[in-house]
Amino acid sequence: MPPQTMSAKTDATIGVNGTAKSASNQAPPPMALPANLKSDLLNKLSLKSFKLKTKQQELLLRVSILFLVYVLAFITRLFSVLRYESMIHEFDPYFNYRTTLFLTEKGFYEFWNWFDYESWYPLGRIVGGTLYPGLMVTAALIYWGLRFLRFAVHIREVCVLTAPFFASNTTLVAYFFGKEIWDSSAGLVAAALIAICPGYISRSVAGSYDNEGVAIFALLLTFYLFVKAVNTGSLTWSLASAFGYFYMVSAWGGYVFIINLIPLYVLVLLTTGRYSMRLYIAYNCMYVLGMLLAMQIRFVGFQHVQSGEHMAAMGVFFLMQVFYFLDWVKYLLSDKRLFETFLRITVTTTVGLAAVALGVGTASGYISPWTGRFYSLLDPTYAKDHIPIIASVSEHQPTAWSSFMFDFHILLFLFPAGLYFCFKRLTDATIFIVMYGLTSMYFAGVMVRLILVATPAVCLISAIAVSATVKNLAQLLRTKSKVTQGGSSKAASGSKASSKALLDQSQPFQRNGAIALLLGVFYLLSKYATHCTWVTSEAYSSPSIVLAARGAHGNKVIFDDYREAYFWLQQNTPTDAKVMSWWDYGYQITAMANRTVIVDNNTWNNTHIATVGRAMSSYEDEAYEIMRELDVGYVLVVFGGVTGYSSDDINKFLWMVRIGGGVFPVIKEPDYLVNGEYRVDKGAAPKMLNCLMYKLCYYRFGELMTEYGKPPGFDRARGVEIGNKDIKLEHLEEAFTTSNWIVRIYKVKPPNNRW
Amino acid sequence: MAVGIGFRRRLDFLLLVIAILSAPVLSDLILSKVERQIDLTSQIARISSTIKAENDGSSSVSEILLAIPELQAKNLAYLTARVIEGKGKARTSGLALTVEPANPKGMPPALSFYSIVLPKPLANGDSVTLDVLAAFTHSLRPFPEKITQADIHLVLFQDTGHYLSPYPVKVQSLAVKLPQARIESYTKLDNTKNLGSEIKYGPYENLPPFSYSPIAIHFEANQAFAVARELVREIEISHWGNVQVTEHYDIVHGGAMSKGEFSRLDYQSKPQIRGASAFKHLVAKLPPRAHSIYYRDAIGNISTSHVRGDSKKTEILIEPRYPLFGGWRTAFTIGYGLPLHDFVFESEGKRFLNFSFGSPMHDIVTDSITLKVVLPEGSKYLSVSTPFAVQQEEEIKMSHLDIFGRPVIVLKKANAVPEHNQFFQVYYKFNALAMLMEPFMLITGIFFLFVTCIVYVHVDLSISKSSASYLAKLQWDEVRATVQQIQNIINQCLSTHEKLEASLRDLSRTGDVQACKAARKAADGLLKELSKELKPLIAFLQSTPPAAHILPKVEELVAKERELQERLMAKHSTIVDSHEKKLGGKETENRVASVQQKIVALRQDIEDLMEYVDEI
Repeated sequence: MPPQTMSAKTDATIGVNGTAKSASNQAPPPMALPANLKSDLLNKLSLKSFKLKTKQQELLLRVSILFLVYVLAFITRLFSVLRYESMIHEFDPYFNYRTTLFLTEKGFYEFWNWFDYESWYPLGRIVGGTLYPGLMVTAALIYWGLRFLRFAVHIREVCVLTAPFFASNTTLVAYFFGKEIWDSSAGLVAAALIAICPGYISRSVAGSYDNEGVAIFALLLTFYLFVKAVNTGSLTWSLASAFGYFYMVSAWGGYVFIINLIPLYVLVLLTTGRYSMRLYIAYNCMYVLGMLLAMQIRFVGFQHVQSGEHMAAMGVFFLMQVFYFLDWVKYLLSDKRLFETFLRITVTTTVGLAAVALGVGTASGYISPWTGRFYSLLDPTYAKDHIPIIASVSEHQPTAWSSFMFDFHILLFLFPAGLYFCFKRLTDATIFIVMYGLTSMYFAGVMVRLILVATPAVCLISAIAVSATVKNLAQLLRTKSKVTQGGSSKAASGSKASSKALLDQSQPFQRNGAIALLLGVFYLLSKYATHCTWVTSEAYSSPSIVLAARGAHGNKVIFDDYREAYFWLQQNTPTDAKVMSWWDYGYQITAMANRTVIVDNNTWNNTHIATVGRAMSSYEDEAYEIMRELDVGYVLVVFGGVTGYSSDDINKFLWMVRIGGGVFPVIKEPDYLVNGEYRVDKGAAPKMLNCLMYKLCYYRFGELMTEYGKPPGFDRARGVEIGNKDIKLEHLEEAFTTSNWIVRIYKVKPPNNRW
Repeated sequence: MAVGIGFRRRLDFLLLVIAILSAPVLSDLILSKVERQIDLTSQIARISSTIKAENDGSSSVSEILLAIPELQAKNLAYLTARVIEGKGKARTSGLALTVEPANPKGMPPALSFYSIVLPKPLANGDSVTLDVLAAFTHSLRPFPEKITQADIHLVLFQDTGHYLSPYPVKVQSLAVKLPQARIESYTKLDNTKNLGSEIKYGPYENLPPFSYSPIAIHFEANQAFAVARELVREIEISHWGNVQVTEHYDIVHGGAMSKGEFSRLDYQSKPQIRGASAFKHLVAKLPPRAHSIYYRDAIGNISTSHVRGDSKKTEILIEPRYPLFGGWRTAFTIGYGLPLHDFVFESEGKRFLNFSFGSPMHDIVTDSITLKVVLPEGSKYLSVSTPFAVQQEEEIKMSHLDIFGRPVIVLKKANAVPEHNQFFQVYYKFNALAMLMEPFMLITGIFFLFVTCIVYVHVDLSISKSSASYLAKLQWDEVRATVQQIQNIINQCLSTHEKLEASLRDLSRTGDVQACKAARKAADGLLKELSKELKPLIAFLQSTPPAAHILPKVEELVAKERELQERLMAKHSTIVDSHEKKLGGKETENRVASVQQKIVALRQDIEDLMEYVDEI
C-alpha cells in the first residue's frame, strides 16, 4: 500500500513507513525544479516539522469527532423548525412554556408560590408544588444568561432549542460514560449513536419542550457520575452524582427509575461478592445527599422516606451499613465459627427489624403504597383494568415490535452483541450498564414512552459491540499487514515471524474475512444513519398542532386549525370565560387561548375529568346542568370528519365514557355500543346519536358535502355517513368553527327567561 | 330601541340648531360659493369642500373660520386647507395652509372652530378659493347595532345639508357618494336628487350664517371596517444596511356587533350573503424592495398571506386567522426589512431618516399609533420634524450586544387615517466607526474565552503544594518530559539514518563517493553528539522511582537504536567499499542483504517501541 500513496515523491521517501502520512498530505512538487533543490524544499515544507505526535493526533481527532457529533445532534433536531417554524410542539410542552414564561416574567418566588386559577376550574392548581421545575428553571437560566450577555433572544426561542441543546450535551455524557465502562473509542461510537438515535430524537426535537428533553441528560449524567464514583471510590464523584440526581429529580418523575436501579445494582454487586469500600462510599454519599437534596423539590417532598417506591433504596442503604459492620466484626474476630454465629444473629435481626418497620409503616399509612403508575409498570395489564385514565394515553400502551425496530433499528441486534462483550469483560461498570440495559428494555416493552429511557443504555451497549468488533477486526488487519511486510522482505525469517506465518496458514481467509466484516459494519452503520435521518424528518418533526398534508397536486397543505381556534378564543371571548374540552387540549387552551379550563393534561383529579367525561356523554339537557354547575361558558371539541383527521374527539369518545363511567355509574359503556361495536352511522346506539359529544361534533355536518360521490354528512375520518343529520341544539350555539372544521367551539347559552 | 336612539339624536340636533341660530354674525366675509362632496365609500368619511370667500367689509381679513359641530369634531382625524389658483382646467392647489383650533368669542358652544390662516390677508373686494379636506373616523354608525351573520350591514351617517359656517353663503351644493346603490333611507330636503349611489343636495342660495339642516343617510356598507385600536410601529436602523420595521396591530371590526351563532357551513357555502359584513383580508402597501417579510401573532406564524412586488411597491395581502365579523378582534405582527439607502440620508454632517408615519394598511383607521424609531447605539443630537403635531418622547432600548442601549424616539398620535401617511424626519449624528464596536466585542469575548482555556490548562490549580500526590504528579510530569526528550533524540537519530540512506542512493545514482563519505562523517558526528545527550536523560530515568516500569522499554529502545546505528554503519561502509572496488550491483546487494534484513527488522521493532512509549 505505501508505495502507491507516495508515487508523487518516490525519490525522497521510498519504503519509509513512518512518513507515509505526511507524504500523502503533500502537494506534488513542481517538476521543473532540480532534484536537489526539490528534496530540500520538500524537507522544509514537509508537514513533518508540524507533525503531531500520535497522541496529540488522537486527541485532535477525538475532539473534532466529538465536536462534530455535538453539532450533528443539534442540527438533526432542527427539521421541525425548517419544515414548520420555531414553535412549541404537542400538549405538555405548552404548559412548560407557559410556566417558563411566568417564571421569567415574575421571578422565582412568584413561580414557586403560584396558584393557577386558570386551570381545573373551580379547584385551581398549586403549580409551584405540583410540577418538576427543573426544565423551566434551566430554560430561564439560559434565557437570563443570554440576556446578561446582551443577546436579545425571545424566551420562546430558548424553549424551542432547549431540548436539542441538551441532546447535544447528552452526547458528551455518553462519550464519557462509554469511556468509563469500556474505552474512549466505545465512547465516541456511543456519542455518535445516541446523537441520532430516533428513540431519543422523538422526545428532543426542537420545540418539544418537555421534561424528558432535559431529563435524559440528567439521567445519563447521574449514572455516569455514579459509575465513576464506584470506579474511583472518590467522594467528589459521588457528590457530583448526588447533584446529578438532584437535577434529575427536579426535572422529571422518571427519577424513580434511578432510585430503584442504583440500589438494585448495589445489591447485585453485594451478592456477587463485589462489595468494596469504593462502592460503600459511592452509594452512601450519593443516597444520603441525593435524598436530602431531592426533598427540596416540593413536588417530591418527603417521598424518599415515605413512599413505597423509594423504600428499596433505603433498605439497601441499611444493608450496606450491616455489611460494613460485619466486615469490621470479621476483622476483629479471628475465630471463624464465632463470626458465623454472629453473622446469623445479625442478619436475622436486621431482616426481622426491616420487615417489621416496613409492615408497621405500611399499616399505619406512614409509608404510602405503590402508585398506580408504578404498578402498571410491573404489571402491564394493571392500568387497563383499574385506571382507565392511564390506559387512555396512547404513549402508555405496550410497545409494538415495529416501534422497537423504528426507534432502534440496528441497535436492536447490536444490543445483545454488546451484552456479550460486557459479560466477557465483567467489571463494576459493565455490570451497571448491563443492568441498566436489561431493566430499561423491560420497561420499554411495557410502555411506548419508556423507549426513551432505554435508548441511552441501548446506544452504549451497542457502541461497545461496534467498537469492540471494529477494533478486533482492525487489529487483525494491522498485524496481518505487518507480517506480510516482514515475510516479503525476508524469505527465511526468525522464529517469531515463522510462527506468525504458521498462524497465517491456519486461517487463510482471515484477512479477507475481516475486510468483509468491516465493510459490513460500515454498511450497517450507514444504513442506521439514513434510517435515523429519515425517521427524524418524516415521523418525529411534526409539531402536531399544525397539521400538514399533501394536496392533490403534491403541494403541501397546512391545517392550522388549532391555533385558529385558540386565537379566536383568546381574542373574542370574555377574559374570564371558562372553556370545557377534553383534557388533552387543556394545556394548549390555557397557554394559547389564555382562558380558564375545567380539566387539563395534568390529570391529578380523576373525578373532575370524569365529570367532564360524563357531560360529554350525557344528553344535552343533562350536560347543560353539569355545565351550569361548572360555570362553563364555551365548549370546545375536536372533529376530524371533514379532513379525515383521525385523532379527534369522536375517536377518543369511548375513553370519556369509560373514565366518566368509572366515577359515575349512570354512564354505561354498553349504551354507546352496538353489539360491542363502536359506530357513528345509522346503526349506532341511540344514546350515542344523541349525546352531547355527538351533537357538538356533527352539528350541521349533515348538510355538508365532504367528498365527491358520497352523500352529504360523510365522515371522512371514519368513512361512514353519519346517523343523525338533524341535530338541534337547545342550550348551546355554534360560536366558531375553524376553516377545516377541526375545532368547533360552542357557546353555552344563559338559561331562558322564565317569562 | 332603535327609534329611541334616532329620536335622541334628532333632539341633539334640534338643540344645536337653536344654539346656532342665536349666534352673532362674525365678520364681513362672504362665502360666494361652497361645493361639498362627502365620500362615504370607505369607513372614513371624507368631506372635501371647495370654498370661495370674498371680503365684503372694509378691513382686510387674514383668517377664515371653519365650524364643525361638536359631535363630529371629536371624530375629526384630519383637516387641511389649500389655496386654489387658476380656474377650470388650469387650477392648481398650492401649499397646505396652517389650520389651528380657534376659540372665537361669542360663538355657540356646540360648535368647534378651526381657523385657516391665509397666505396673505384678503383686502376689500378680493376673493380666495380654498380646498378644505376633512376626514372623520367612526362617524358611520352601524344601525342596527347588532346583526346576525345573515343580516346586511347598515350604517347611518349624519351631517348638515346646508354648509355650516359663521359666514353667509351665497351658493352652495352637496354631493354624497355612497359605496352601493342600496340606500335604506335618506333625508329629503328641497332639491334633493338620488343618482344611484350618489345623493345630491342643492344648489341652495343666499343662506344666512349658521344655517343648519340635519340630514341622515342610512345605507348598506360592506367595506372592511378595520380599526386598529392600537398600532405600534418600530423602525430600527442598522447602519449595516437595513431598516427593520415591525408593526404590531390590534384590530377590531368596527361595524355592527355580530350576534347569534357563527355558522361555518353558511359562511363557507355562501360567503357573499352569509358573511357580507365580515372582512377576510387586509392589504398593506409596503415600500419597494421590502424583504424578509413575516406575518405572525403571539402564538406563531400565520401561513395565509401573499406578497406581490414590483419596482414601485410591495403589496402584501394578509388574511387573519379567521374572518372578522362585527366586534371580533384579532392581533398580529408584520415585519419587514428595507434597504438603508432608500430611507436614511446624510446632509450637513447629520444623518436623517425619512419615513412615512401611518400604517401601510389600505383604508384602516388607527385609534392610537405609537411610532418608535430605534437609532443605532451611540447616536447623538436627535431631533424630529413631523408634518403635523404629535406627542414625542424618548426612551432607551436594549438589544443585541448593547452596552448603553439604543436611543429611541417615540411619537404618539391618536386617531390616524391614511391621510397621515406623510413623511417625517428624524435627524441624528452617528459615527460610522461605532458600527464596528459590536463585532469587536464579539471578537474580544471569544478571544478571552480562548485565553482562559489556555490559562486554565497551563496554570497549576492544586490547593496543597506539599501533598504526596501532588509531588508524585510533579515527578511524573518530569518523567514524561524526559521520555519526550528521549523520543525526540531517537527521532533525530532516525532522521540521520535516513540521510545516510539517502546518501547511499545518491551514490548509486551519481557515483560520487566523496559526497557519500562526507555525509557519513557528518552523520557520525551528529550521532555521537546525540548519544551524549541521551546519557543524562537515561540516568535521570534510572534514578527516579516512578519511571521504573517504563525504564526497561526505554532502555530497550535505546539499545535497539544503537544496534540499528551499527548495522547501518556496517551497511554504509560495505556499500561504499564495494563501490570503490567497482563491484556490480548484484554483488553489492548480496553483500548487504543480511544486514539489510536486520535493519528492516530493527526499524520495525523501534517503531513498535516508540508507539508503546507514546502510549504512556
